[in-house]
Amino acid sequence: MQDWTVVTQPSSWELLLEFWRFEDMNALWVLMGSILLGISASVIGGFAFLRKRSLVGDALAHAALPGVMVAFLLFETRDPVVMFFGALTSSFLGFFIIDWLPKNTKIKPDAALAITLSFFFALGLMLLSYIQGLQVENKSGLDKILFGQSAAMTQQDITLLTYVTLFVLISVLLFFQKLRLIAFNTNYARSLGIPVKFYELLLALLIVMSVVVGLQLVGVVLMAAVLLTPVAAARFWSDQLSRILMIAGTLGALSAVISTQISYLAPAMPTGPWMVVSLASLFFLSMLFAPNKGLLKRYLEQKRLRRKVSEENVLRTLYKLCEQTGFKHAYFNLADIQALRVIPIDTLKITLHNLGNKGSVVESAKGYRLTESGLEQATQLTRRHRLWESYLNEQVDLTPDQVHAQAERIEHILSEEQELQLEAELSNLSSDPHGKPIPESQGESTK
Amino acid sequence: MINDLWILATASLVAISCALVGSFLILRRQSLMGDAISHSVLLGIVIAFLATESRSLPVMLSGAVMIGLLTAWLSDSLHKFGKLQSDASIGIVFTLFFALGVILISLFAGQIDLDQECVLYGEIAFVPFDTIIWGGPDTGIDLGPRALWAIGTVFIVVLVSILIGFNRLQTVAFHPSLAVSLGINVVFWHYFLMTLVSLTTVASFDAVGAILVVALLVIPASSAYLIAKSLKSMLWLAAAYGQASVLIGYAVSYKLDSSISASIAVSSGVLLLLTVVALEIRKRNHKMPQQTVEVQ
Repeated sequence: MQDWTVVTQPSSWELLLEFWRFEDMNALWVLMGSILLGISASVIGGFAFLRKRSLVGDALAHAALPGVMVAFLLFETRDPVVMFFGALTSSFLGFFIIDWLPKNTKIKPDAALAITLSFFFALGLMLLSYIQGLQVENKSGLDKILFGQSAAMTQQDITLLTYVTLFVLISVLLFFQKLRLIAFNTNYARSLGIPVKFYELLLALLIVMSVVVGLQLVGVVLMAAVLLTPVAAARFWSDQLSRILMIAGTLGALSAVISTQISYLAPAMPTGPWMVVSLASLFFLSMLFAPNKGLLKRYLEQKRLRRKVSEENVLRTLYKLCEQTGFKHAYFNLADIQALRVIPIDTLKITLHNLGNKGSVVESAKGYRLTESGLEQATQLTRRHRLWESYLNEQVDLTPDQVHAQAERIEHILSEEQELQLEAELSNLSSDPHGKPIPESQGESTK
Repeated sequence: MINDLWILATASLVAISCALVGSFLILRRQSLMGDAISHSVLLGIVIAFLATESRSLPVMLSGAVMIGLLTAWLSDSLHKFGKLQSDASIGIVFTLFFALGVILISLFAGQIDLDQECVLYGEIAFVPFDTIIWGGPDTGIDLGPRALWAIGTVFIVVLVSILIGFNRLQTVAFHPSLAVSLGINVVFWHYFLMTLVSLTTVASFDAVGAILVVALLVIPASSAYLIAKSLKSMLWLAAAYGQASVLIGYAVSYKLDSSISASIAVSSGVLLLLTVVALEIRKRNHKMPQQTVEVQ
């Protein structure tokens, strides 16, 4: 079977070329349709995500199944418009059950979602198996909406898909401000006199429409991912809603292109799973490598901060050592530093090496010595540390032994401006609560 | 006749195991995790099959448990490190795993005796024909359906776990914070429950497929949750609801010539609906006399 297909069919490379030369009109239509669907589902999914109802799309997609089957049983046709309205009706019914159950019974929202999803799906499957046992015409393609098959889409399907997705996108554009307001602060929106109920219904309608129209392409089971994954990925790229939605739309379109291509190369392949896998890959790539909020970036930043903190700690310890000897000794060894600060020997060596590279510390046979710039930096850090201790002692009424740990943390992030503010707040600028002198500001001494 | 009995026995064990495990899922508010694991288990089954080329019980169970725990752990990690809402992270993980499972099935369609149909419905009607044979192929003794052995084993595991861990599971389900303060390892019991869910879903896979098992996990347990007064009665009621759905569903499927597993799931939903309606009526009847008292 496998060999036979290879011999009679053109190679996948030729098929790919054929696809991108747009010779196959049907393939082109399917491509356009799936891109539109990818965009509109991702955008409308964004709002569901913001309302913390990410999996509602999953339940609604499953809930569409019995509607399609009942519509087929009643009208005995596979006309896409009939199917669409059947699915729309039962999805909406599902939506109300999800809403009604937690409000009127003990059942929790998550269970309501799972109940609706599995019950409607079971009902759909039961009807489907019933239909398959009947002697009716053109029942063959009905099961394709379970996993989606773009190759099985007809011209009518795509026309409907285009109209519906355009309707969804235009509605989002028109009502963007209102939808955004409701998504972020429902109570505020209500207090402004916005008919929240109306917009929530509109949003539900748009979600249901996107879900239902995508069934042919993605399938009942996996439609949730197309609503959810793009916006989850886009969130790593930006904080601004309009930009998030645009990125989500782009990712949705990209995955649509990938999956329709695969479906074109291997027509037996269901499209939905491929779309989901490509979306999930895009999601994981975004999560790891996104420029500002990606995990890699966050990890590197944390590492940099840790390094900075340990460098500054060592600098301050060196300053204290200098202070103890009345600034007569300049050279100290590792044991001296460790006597004042608990730090693993390896970390200490690495940190001193880093400081040496920066020109803050010089290493020689006699030990380690602060350079001029190193001393300047260390003085400033000590100054900030002790200023903060004094501030906590004077203004916050903490006892001297409570202030050190806090100052130990804040010294690394205090800015020059805050240092000046602290100075203005304090009456005693000469010594800290432990009686140690607060060093003069370097900036002032040069003035 | 004997085949009907095999089917009913398998379906009953599936429904009761699911109802017991599902009760804890409902109480822990983890129904969506149950949904997720039952989808992901498909990938576990396919991978275990491709790796070992056998459908023996231990292989299937361990594959499914690993994927089930991976789903739970990955969802938790995405929630923690990716700072996503927990339902969103669940959704991303299980759709990916399920999609991969379906893709692998279509890629290796010739080599796996799994297809998209049986992922959806299971094939409970064929359960009696796939039997375990002790000894040689011709001389051996027929020990009964493989699926029955699978779910029977898992049922015993579930039952024993609940009997032994009853107090712990109860505390963790009703008072997670009390459990923490008592020094109970909540994380362990969470993953323990997830293991039970994975075991149950994979053993139910042959009978009801990957998706309908969600219905059996969540719906009878929810019906029981509505009327039960204690955890013990909830477990009994959930099992009873599950068993009733099996009997009704089997009769319906016989009548309509529809899929047995789907009909069972639908019946459980109808029973829940009836329960909700009965409760609503009672609520109204209770309210009425109170109002008349106020009027007087």
